[in-house]
Amino acid sequence: MKITFPYMGTSHIAFKHLFNHLGHEALVPPPPSKRTLTYGTQHAPEFACIPFKVLLGSYIEALEQGAELIITSGGRGPCRAGIYGMLHERILKSLGYKFEMMVFESIFREPLGFFSKVRRVLKAGRVSWPRFIKVYKDAWVKLCALDETEILSHEVRPYELNRGETTKVFKQCLESIDRAQTREEIREAGSIARKLLKAVPQDRSRRPLRIGIIGEIYVVLEPFINLDVEKTLGEMGVHTQRSIYLTDWTRENTLVKDEDAKAAARPYLDQLIGGHALNSVGETVLYAKNGYDGVIQLAPFTCIPEIVAKSLMPKISRDLGIPVLTVFLDEQTGKAGLQTRLEAFVDLLRQKRRWKEEGTGCTAI
Amino acid sequence: MHGYLGIDVGSVSTNVVVIDADREVLQALYIRTKGQPIQAVKKGLAEIAGLLPADLVIRGVGTTGSARRLSGVMVGADIVKNEITAHAIAASHVVPQAQTILEIGGQDSKIILLRHGVVTDFAMNTVCAAGTGSFLDQQASRLNIPIEEFGGMALRSKTPVRIAGRCSVFAESDMIHKQQMGHNTEDIIAGLCEALVRNYLNNVGKGKEILAPVVFQGGVAANLGIRAAFEQALGMEIIVPRHFNVMGAIGAALLSREEVKHKGHTGFKGFAVSDMDYRATSFECQGCSNLCEVINISVDNQLLARWGDRCGKWETLAG
Repeated sequence: MKITFPYMGTSHIAFKHLFNHLGHEALVPPPPSKRTLTYGTQHAPEFACIPFKVLLGSYIEALEQGAELIITSGGRGPCRAGIYGMLHERILKSLGYKFEMMVFESIFREPLGFFSKVRRVLKAGRVSWPRFIKVYKDAWVKLCALDETEILSHEVRPYELNRGETTKVFKQCLESIDRAQTREEIREAGSIARKLLKAVPQDRSRRPLRIGIIGEIYVVLEPFINLDVEKTLGEMGVHTQRSIYLTDWTRENTLVKDEDAKAAARPYLDQLIGGHALNSVGETVLYAKNGYDGVIQLAPFTCIPEIVAKSLMPKISRDLGIPVLTVFLDEQTGKAGLQTRLEAFVDLLRQKRRWKEEGTGCTAI
Repeated sequence: MHGYLGIDVGSVSTNVVVIDADREVLQALYIRTKGQPIQAVKKGLAEIAGLLPADLVIRGVGTTGSARRLSGVMVGADIVKNEITAHAIAASHVVPQAQTILEIGGQDSKIILLRHGVVTDFAMNTVCAAGTGSFLDQQASRLNIPIEEFGGMALRSKTPVRIAGRCSVFAESDMIHKQQMGHNTEDIIAGLCEALVRNYLNNVGKGKEILAPVVFQGGVAANLGIRAAFEQALGMEIIVPRHFNVMGAIGAALLSREEVKHKGHTGFKGFAVSDMDYRATSFECQGCSNLCEVINISVDNQLLARWGDRCGKWETLAG
């Protein structure tokens, strides 16, 4: 079967590996583009959020290329995303596409459903369970290599001597990880990627600002929608640390663990209100406590969970002295507005640092 | 005699300012951009050159505003700075104790909080321009009132009507409805000023601690009705600096002065820039599905700069 799935950051490389090795043909949707947006906004309800529209557009592009099965994940808590899979399916079927849709809910919440869906995929691909476990582990190792490479790229970029070089090397790394097929090859590609990134000419005497990136998962992970916020900040000399990566493994390497974030959020928000709101709140607290210079919250326009989180930000910001910039994202592709806000935010953080260190203010920019 | 040039090219106006070595404003110009930033910058430079003393030498130039990059390339700017920082610099120069800056321009509105001269927080309108100058312009012309008289009329109102201020479409239909009901124009205009201020404080100013002294700047600060509505809503005095409508340009000039101190020389190309033939052309890159709109800026048919691509392919070509 030709299987397609959501396009989100670099994860498609691991999903491609998974399905190709399970006796199917992985159909990677084209990276989100203006065409994706056009399809998505044309057929989605006007009031839906941007992740819904981009995914819909992406599915249409994949179906046009002959996808037969769409595999996606369900939502988390009371957020519209929980019904997106079903809604996507209905809209696409009403447009006349013939396909099957599989929405994977959390294995813990719906173990039976989870396994029966996996079984159907395996049966169609004539793949045994032991083989599946091996392939799944390989894909996981790949995903870890991808996340690890990306984390390193955000760390190297603010030091790079030639603007854009880190991004160029990062792209090459992704290509070689994509080519790696056996577990050994994947590990090898990952370690070469690390070496290549570390070899980017750098000026280590710089002192980059550190900014934590939080918010709704799709807009945080997909650079097309967040207008390359991490690359842009990196090239302004900022080391970004993102709270969300798809692998738990990398979470050990990042600052924020899920349960820690929930505990940290408690003084401000003590329950799950849908989406990533609780994490956004808790992660902001943790970034502040760990001496980060600032936090940027990325949210889809009209996203209720993130709106609630945003309304708590002024208090957290005051209590813990951490500046927070909230950016609402929708279908804009013009970058000027975001660029202005990011530049001003970085200026603010630099001034603040200088104020702390030297006691001089605005006139000394 | 030495001077520093500041240029702020915004959506509605292009402002050009020259300050002297003591940071005093020598000349300030406010002209309409009319959607043609290149023409506006050339016109502004030509005009201001004629107003300056003959022995004045420009030692530094800074650009800001939404066309800061474009204008920076044109004039050879020493510093290209975002308008939030530029406004904060200018306000804290004019009112050193300032703690809050309200700025409303043509397409955007912002609030900037300063403590001890350091920017500690800012916000900008995110999606809707209901609370900005362009909307006021549009309504003034719909009511057939010159924008200059708009604010004064609001002050003559005895009973302002309530207008929905959250969205410009809602506001306009609400205004038309109130007009058709027979309310007089003064009351409607005063209602609109109040709605705009309410929307600003509730959207841009949400959750911000507004402390005096409060400086109000940007083109809309000329509007007496809005000023009064702010004073009433905040219950405090509002300071409108003398050069309120060119503060961004003043900030850019001040910043260039600092920058040149470190750099030692200016990249300013001279006022002759106004005679050169600048052209902006664009094309859609077919290299991938992003279809980036790439902009070429050329002078006398020579490529000066190029941008607009996501991948950096064209940007680097410009060398």
